Amino acid sequence: MIIDLPRFITTGRPFWTELETMLDRFDGEPTRDLPLEKAQRFHFLYQKVSADLGRVATFSSEPELRQYLEALVARAYAEIHETRTRGVRWRPIRWFFVEFPAAFQRRVKALWVALIVTLVGLAFGAVSLSLDDEAKAAIVPPQFAHVLQDPAKRVAEEESDTSGRSYQGRASFAAQLMHNNITVSIRAMALGMTWGIGTIILLFYNGVLLGLVGADFITAGQTPFLLGWILPHGSIELPAVIIGGQAGLALGGALLGQGNRAPLSSRLRSVAPDIATLIGGVAVMLVWAGLVESYFSQHHQPRLPYSLKIAFGLIEFVVLVTFLTSPLWFRRKNRQEQ
Amino acid sequence: MTPAQLRIRTPEGITFAYPLAGPVTRCLAWALDGVITFAMAFGLSWALALLRYLAPDLTTAVAVIAFFLLSVGYGVILEWFWRGQTVGKRVFRLRVMDADGLRLNFHQVLMRNLVRFADMLPGCYLVGGLACLLSRKAQRLGDLASGTIVIHQRKHGEPDLDQLLGSKFNSLRTHPHLCARLRQRASSDEARIALQALVRRDEFDGSARIELFAALAAHFRQMAEFPADVLETMPDEQFIRNVVDVLFRTNEARARAA
Repeated sequence: MIIDLPRFITTGRPFWTELETMLDRFDGEPTRDLPLEKAQRFHFLYQKVSADLGRVATFSSEPELRQYLEALVARAYAEIHETRTRGVRWRPIRWFFVEFPAAFQRRVKALWVALIVTLVGLAFGAVSLSLDDEAKAAIVPPQFAHVLQDPAKRVAEEESDTSGRSYQGRASFAAQLMHNNITVSIRAMALGMTWGIGTIILLFYNGVLLGLVGADFITAGQTPFLLGWILPHGSIELPAVIIGGQAGLALGGALLGQGNRAPLSSRLRSVAPDIATLIGGVAVMLVWAGLVESYFSQHHQPRLPYSLKIAFGLIEFVVLVTFLTSPLWFRRKNRQEQ
Repeated sequence: MTPAQLRIRTPEGITFAYPLAGPVTRCLAWALDGVITFAMAFGLSWALALLRYLAPDLTTAVAVIAFFLLSVGYGVILEWFWRGQTVGKRVFRLRVMDADGLRLNFHQVLMRNLVRFADMLPGCYLVGGLACLLSRKAQRLGDLASGTIVIHQRKHGEPDLDQLLGSKFNSLRTHPHLCARLRQRASSDEARIALQALVRRDEFDGSARIELFAALAAHFRQMAEFPADVLETMPDEQFIRNVVDVLFRTNEARARAA
């Protein structure tokens, strides 16, 4: 029924204490590297304490001792059996230039869905406006009330402002833009947990707003102003929100698991690192977009010619597409993983 | 009600369990973290108020970014550097763990904190709370997405069994056949109750302690009838101490050597 408990404790205690001390040290160093000798000792201690737990669970009725050993084995188990890559210090340059595009390319199917949903929303917004003049007032939320005014009037106001009054408060405006856009992208990703439905609704609505505003300016003959206003920041901001949606749809796809027979937890586990990387990359993109929108996009003709702004936006877009789709990153990432 | 547990069987054939944190404790920890975040934001805005006169635009920009980073980064940074704990979780002895018992990775910490946006819908953490109640592993959506659980971390110190390690004379051992009968008749649960009564004896009030040991002594005396001369001068608590010694120290010679 019962083992000789005092003797068992006396002989086992030095090993338990040694293991506990090692684990406490690990707790304070999440990215530590363990030399081979120490790793071997750690493994020995883990096995010794596991064996002691086996003995005490089988023969003894002492619950406190069992719980103590269980807690030790549980902590050591996490260290011994973790096989995922970790421990290397985070290198931001490598992360952004290698891991982000690689994650983007791995989840490209979700990107296509996000892009199509946005384009459908955009078409819906444009068609709505052409069919019903009241569509803009009905769909546009109160915080975007400024886009409800007549495009020609707005262009005239913007182009006549040469006093520099409207250029005050740019830093806080940029910060507000970054905050809002990053929040929207995180929301698009998080709503992937609704099997992607929430993400699709958000992307669609975003597309509708864009379609409404775009069609409004184009039909009013203000296409150069629209492109000069939107493209410098929009060529980064809009893809960023779509990539946020891509992350959400990748999450939703893992939940649905179509064509993947792995258990739900495995599917989510496999997709989570890419989603975290995508959303981090999106945040960086939106910081840039916020700065450009605040300090560059709001300057209009005659201060800045539209052709220059449009060219700037197009160059940004080409650089972004090249950066994200270049096979170089994907190959390098895969080679490093091998 | 027995608290929910996550049992993990290691390749070595050892099974251990994590007690899962309930929604109420998690809610309290979250509320405490909310208060701390609010206090930090308040302190920050007070500090920035001084700079507002010098550079109002830049100060507002710094405030907007700092509040955003605080709201998102508080959980991410603390859970990463404190290995699954925030201040609230530390106070309520909670810890975020990998659902397979493995070590927490950074992307898991980031994911569970970002998916909080979905958990908070439509308000008051309704989605997350419901998911937590319905989930077998008490996971909110963020936990499900990142493959994490929240456990209630009890403090397990080495058991204090000094009272068993003493080498005082045990008069019950002068009757080895009765000791053998006691061992034969006492179940493991009864032995455990006697041991726990000794380990926790200082936690009881005086009268409760006397009553407890009297009841236990009466119970164990029925199992093996020791002679009256052995028992008449022995208090109930000492009798239970001797009984535990007999039950747990099965080899006297080895015990003495130890």
